[in-house]
Amino acid sequence: MSFLTINNLSAHIGKRKILRDVSLSVQAGEVCGLVGESGAGKSMIGKAVLGTLPRAIIATGGEIILDGENLQDLTPTQRRQVIGAKTALIPQDPLTALNPSRRVGAQITNRLVDILGWSKSAAQHRALDLLGEVQINDPERVMLCYPHELSGGMRQRLLIAAAFAAEPRLIIADEPTTALDVTVQKQILRLIKEMQNRYGTALLFVTHDLGVVAKVCQSLLVLYEGMVLERTTVQDFFTGPLHPYSRALLETTPKYTDPTGSLTPIPPQILDAVRAEIVAYDQAHAHV
Amino acid sequence: MAEARAEINRPIGLRLWLSAGWLIALVLTTLLAPVLAPQDPLAQDLFTSRLPPFWIDGSEPGYPLGSDSLGRDVLSRMMYGGRVALSVALIAGTLTCLLGASLGLIAGYFRGWPDIIISRLVDIWMAFPPVLFAILLIAVLGTGLTSIIIAIVVIDWTRFARVVRAEAIGQGAMDYVASAQVAGHRRFGIMAQEILPNVLPTICVLLTLEMGIAVIVEAILSFVNLSISTDQPTWGGMISEGRLSIHQAWWVLVFPLIILFLTVLSFSQLGEGLKDRFDPVLK
Repeated sequence: MSFLTINNLSAHIGKRKILRDVSLSVQAGEVCGLVGESGAGKSMIGKAVLGTLPRAIIATGGEIILDGENLQDLTPTQRRQVIGAKTALIPQDPLTALNPSRRVGAQITNRLVDILGWSKSAAQHRALDLLGEVQINDPERVMLCYPHELSGGMRQRLLIAAAFAAEPRLIIADEPTTALDVTVQKQILRLIKEMQNRYGTALLFVTHDLGVVAKVCQSLLVLYEGMVLERTTVQDFFTGPLHPYSRALLETTPKYTDPTGSLTPIPPQILDAVRAEIVAYDQAHAHV
Repeated sequence: MAEARAEINRPIGLRLWLSAGWLIALVLTTLLAPVLAPQDPLAQDLFTSRLPPFWIDGSEPGYPLGSDSLGRDVLSRMMYGGRVALSVALIAGTLTCLLGASLGLIAGYFRGWPDIIISRLVDIWMAFPPVLFAILLIAVLGTGLTSIIIAIVVIDWTRFARVVRAEAIGQGAMDYVASAQVAGHRRFGIMAQEILPNVLPTICVLLTLEMGIAVIVEAILSFVNLSISTDQPTWGGMISEGRLSIHQAWWVLVFPLIILFLTVLSFSQLGEGLKDRFDPVLK
């Protein structure tokens, strides 16, 4: 049985549709990638699950089932508790993801103490262990630092530690490496994968980087304008994607074997075909 | 890292020293006014009227900064007038800050209907001309220290609400707020724990600015004789009275004016200095 199931989730902002009947399921311990261009709605799926959608975006229809519980059936308080106990977030931008006016150690232990009722010393021990696990040297000192005293890579390590602190069953990673420079990206990616293996956490990995998907994911969804174009396993995707858009997307990735080759854009006729698909969908669902 | 810290740990600036020094001196002087004041601030003596300050011929030793047209000592009156100015600044400033900042924080973080109500209220409030509004309020409430404080709070909370709301919206959009939300913290707890500390430097600056403004508002109200009873000296009242005899005794007007100016300036500079010092990113 899958840990997270989303059935026919739609969302819109004003008249613009953000998500169009998105369905997906993530097994316990599975790493699922959400791939698409900017504005494809991939982050919005994560936000819908976590209940942090911006106010202007209205989710219509669909259900989100987390560990057997339909989130729509719960009261706001229950939902907050379920989401808080079972999920965590690794945000995109490590620069804004830590509160600048609080010491980073407190930001990790705070959740364990306040929400899960751990004792202060237990939380402190756990935080120190975690900082070791994410390969931070001298964790005692780092715990007492303010975020601005640490580098972007360090902060992302801390955020990973914070996400795994309460051993959630599902982590949503919203482009966790995009804001980092390339050398650090690799380390962070390896670290996320390592931690995911150690804890057996399911991971919903939002990214626009197919290279990242190839490294960490088992299955993936290709999105365009909030519509799922293809749902497949990573192996099938890289050996031969079915949807023409997916194939074109794969073509755009620069190849190491041909460093002089020019960048390939997605052919306009394929984009036109995808847009026609979306228009057809919208017409079929015009009454909504 | 240790060196980096030492490098960015800036010394307390001259600005902070001067403004805090002036304000502390002022507080001490007004508190010790009964001991320090050379004369009874209310004692009238027509034989000593319009005495010039000490460096001008014809001054009297008991009246270092001269006397007004009723023979009252300017220095002593300024000392006692400072009591009114400072208590208005502290009490009205703090109350305005508490009211305005809380409403701004709620509007900025919770958005939705609380924001709509508070923001529209601010818009309507700000459409009133503040000084006329104050005069109107005093006319209704009657004169007295409490009325002045109420008037200032009622008029100026909008400044805090506006600025703090904007800051809270900015902070609320940060990822760390989303993370706290996902972790299951209560909305109110997030506001107090995550948002408030990051808005605090701004609130701090606004508070000190507000104290300066409160001093000015009190002076304006005294100037139009709507402050506290006329037998209690205030800076605004002295400026108002001094205006009538500016050609014969300029010092009655000029000294309170200088004090008023320095005090308001010190309040605003104190805020800026404190902000530089406590802002976690600048520190």
